[in-house]
Amino acid sequence: MPSATSKSYFWKAVRESFPFIFVAGPFGLLFGVLGAEAGLNLVEVMTFSVTVFAGAAQFTALQLLREEAPTLIILASALAVNLRVAMYSASLTPYLGGAPLWQRAFAAYFTVDQSYSLSIVQFEKEPEMTLPQRMAYFFGSNGLIAPLWYVATLVGALVGARIPEAWALDFALPIAFLAMIGPMLRTPAHVVAMLVAIVTAILAVGVPYNLGLLVAGIAGMMAGAQAELWLTRRGLMT
Amino acid sequence: MTVHGTPFDPVTLWIVIIGMAVGSFALRFVFIGLVGSRAMPQWVLLHLRYTAVAMIPALVTPLVIWPSATGGEPDLPRMSAAAVTLVVGLWTKNVLAGIAAGAATLYLLLWLLV
Repeated sequence: MPSATSKSYFWKAVRESFPFIFVAGPFGLLFGVLGAEAGLNLVEVMTFSVTVFAGAAQFTALQLLREEAPTLIILASALAVNLRVAMYSASLTPYLGGAPLWQRAFAAYFTVDQSYSLSIVQFEKEPEMTLPQRMAYFFGSNGLIAPLWYVATLVGALVGARIPEAWALDFALPIAFLAMIGPMLRTPAHVVAMLVAIVTAILAVGVPYNLGLLVAGIAGMMAGAQAELWLTRRGLMT
Repeated sequence: MTVHGTPFDPVTLWIVIIGMAVGSFALRFVFIGLVGSRAMPQWVLLHLRYTAVAMIPALVTPLVIWPSATGGEPDLPRMSAAAVTLVVGLWTKNVLAGIAAGAATLYLLLWLLV
C-alpha cells in the first residue's frame, strides 16, 4: 500500500530530525530574544520567522538593521547568505521535480539546511524510493522542526529578557553545523571540497556584503567536482 | 542596554521583512518549481553533489575564527569546541555525539577560563 509506506517515511524523517531540535530550538529562541531586544514587536518578529523561515539570513538582516545599513544592502546581504538554499533546491530537483506544482511550492518554502541535509542523504541511500515516498520524507523532516522553530521564536520574543551570556548560545549554530560535516565526508572529493571552502572563506572574509560565503562555497563545489573527475580518471573513485 | 527599546523605522523594517519573504521563496522555488522534472546537465549535478559540504564549512569558518560574541576576537573555548565537534562527528559519524562533545568542551573551557 503506497500511502502506508509514504506515511512511514514521513515518521522516519520526523524521528531522524530529532538532532535538529538542538538547532531549531535554541535558534528560534535566540531570534525571538534578539528581535525583541532590538525593538521589534511580537507581530514583526513572528511575521519575520514564519514568512522568511531562514535562520542565518534572519540573523544577518537583524544585525544589519541594527547597524542602520541601507535597505537594499540589508536585502542583498541577507539573501546572499540564503543563496545556498537555491543550490539545495537545485540539488533536490532530480528527486522531487516530478511532483505536482503545489507540492513543489510547499517543498520550496520548507527547503532549509535541516530538511535538505536529511533528505539528500536518504534519497542517495535509497534510490528506489517512489516520488510520494520522497515527498513524505521531505515534509517529515520539517514535521517537527518547523513548528518548533515557530514556537521557539514566539517564546523568545515573549521572554524578551536577555538570555544570560554565560549560556553562549551564539555558538549553537557553529557547533550544530560542524557536527553535520563529519558524516558528510564520504569520499576524498568531499574532503577536498570542504578544505577549499574553509581556506577560501578565510581569505575572502574581507569581501563585503557577505559575498565571501558565496565565493567560498562555489570554490569548494568546483574543487569537489574537479577532485571527483580526477579521482574517477585514476580509478580511485567510482 | 544601548540598543534596547530603539525601534527601527517601521517602513524600512516591513520592506526588509516582505522583501526577504519574497526573495527567500523565489530562491527556493527557482529550481524545484520552474525546472521541475526536466533533466539537468551532468556538470550541474556534479557540482551540486558538493553544495552542502562546501557551503556549510564556508558559513561556519568565520563564525568559529571571529565569533561575534567576543567582538570578533579569536577565542580559545570556541575554537576548541569547534575542533572537538568536528573530530567527534568525523569519528562517530553521529551528529548528536558531535554536538554533545562540542557543547561540553565549550562550557568546560568557558567555566575554567573565567
